[in-house]
Amino acid sequence: MDLAKKLLKGDKRTLARLITLIENDDPHAIEVLKAIYNHTGKAHVIGITGPPGAGKSTLTDKLAKELNKRGKKIAIIAVDPTSPFTGGAILGDRVRMADLTNNPDVFIRSMGSRGTLGGLAKNTLGVIKAFDAYGMDYIFVETVGVGQSEVDIVKAVDTTILVMVPGLGDDIQAIKAGIMEIGDIFVVNKADLEGAHRTMMELETMLDFRQDEGWKPPVLEAIGRDNIGIGQICDNIEKHMDFLVKSDKLGYARRENVKKEIIEIAKGSMEVHIFNNNNKDNQLEILAERVANKEQDPYTASDEILKSFINRGIKND
Amino acid sequence: MDRPIRVLVGKPGLDGHDRGAKVIARALRDAGMEVIYTGLRQTPEQIVEAAIQEDVDCIAMSILSGAHNHLFPRVMELLKEEKIDDILVIGGGVVPDDDIQPLKDAGIAEIFTPGTPTTTFINYIKENIIR
Ligand SMILES: Nc1nc2c(ncn2[C@@H]2O[C@H](COP(=O)(O)OP(=O)(O)OP(=O)(O)O)[C@@H](O)[C@H]2O)c(=O)[nH]1
Ligand SMILES: [Mg+2]
Repeated sequence: MDLAKKLLKGDKRTLARLITLIENDDPHAIEVLKAIYNHTGKAHVIGITGPPGAGKSTLTDKLAKELNKRGKKIAIIAVDPTSPFTGGAILGDRVRMADLTNNPDVFIRSMGSRGTLGGLAKNTLGVIKAFDAYGMDYIFVETVGVGQSEVDIVKAVDTTILVMVPGLGDDIQAIKAGIMEIGDIFVVNKADLEGAHRTMMELETMLDFRQDEGWKPPVLEAIGRDNIGIGQICDNIEKHMDFLVKSDKLGYARRENVKKEIIEIAKGSMEVHIFNNNNKDNQLEILAERVANKEQDPYTASDEILKSFINRGIKND
Repeated sequence: MDRPIRVLVGKPGLDGHDRGAKVIARALRDAGMEVIYTGLRQTPEQIVEAAIQEDVDCIAMSILSGAHNHLFPRVMELLKEEKIDDILVIGGGVVPDDDIQPLKDAGIAEIFTPGTPTTTFINYIKENIIR
């Protein structure tokens, strides 16, 4: 519980250590997250996604600087893919944010996607809570918009910025339709390259088909590398939050997200309670043997496992 | 679950290319580690602050400029100021034999000179991180 108190007091190393515990599925992290939960909900959480190399980190760096100038504290979670073969990862987003490192109002954390389905989204939600309770005003989550777990993350943020680059007509198609539908702000970065206006027009056309109530996603151009177009993006980030608050979409979306989160957590702990604890008396092995020998079918076997779980109840050990 | 070892690979000093650091980063990734790569021309202050935020187990610094006698000990000094004693710090690059012992005295755990097989420093990290 010590950790929770230290975090709320603004202890940076406690924050760093708590994130490690969350990432490692350490049970101690849950205890801390419970204790800090009613201090969360104040931060504006922003997802930055788009194809590899589009300039997401470069933009995040510049956006953080601009928002910091406006008096805000900023957290950045930068997710890069974990190698499915070795479990290792090269997390290189800090390279583009090097001079934010010693800014006391900014905290950057790199995360590997670590492969477990749904695990990344769950852990990212935990890390967001830690930053939120710590007192950050904005929390950026940078992901490469390709996999399902990235889509899951994007769904859990307040504002999603989709970063595109000129001449990626086919790539726009390749980006998951799901993400296209939930982008709240579209940025065509690298507008110094040829074709930026065409890409913007293509995006506008695609967005015409979207049925949004009250918010028309703006399509903005930027040259992240040269700090051009950044103020405009920040203005729209603020405008989007205003819209969410005034339309009560914020309350609605957060309730929906919490609902999903409860389901996910319940599923996760059910799995632990049913299988990890169950395996101690070898029930699964015994049933598997029977099912393999055709003495029983897997449906009945599964019912049996559930029944013995219900009889046993939840044992925390 | 076995959690991956987190290593910050940084390149302090003003010399301009990072091929060596990138080779090291890839070797560590292939050994199953999470490598936080911070890029070129990092100050000791940036390296230590990034190591804190990323909660790494190890800082691996690569250097070519010959400024190691100043930069490596400065990193150790900053870690001490922050009361951090659970991060393993190692260095690599062209370091003359005579300089190695003074660097170790300053707290750098090991120095790997060019030509060291990658397995040597991978195993060194695995065996020496403080958990
Ligand atoms: N021409 C041009 N290049 C840019 C611009 N913004 C960023 N870049 C360059 O694009 C490259 C990729 O930038 P990053 O910010 O690392 O892109 P990213 O989307 O974070 O990349 P990943 O995290 O690897 O997916 C770098 O070489 C940047 O310097 C821009 O506005 N114009
Ligand atoms: Mg990036």
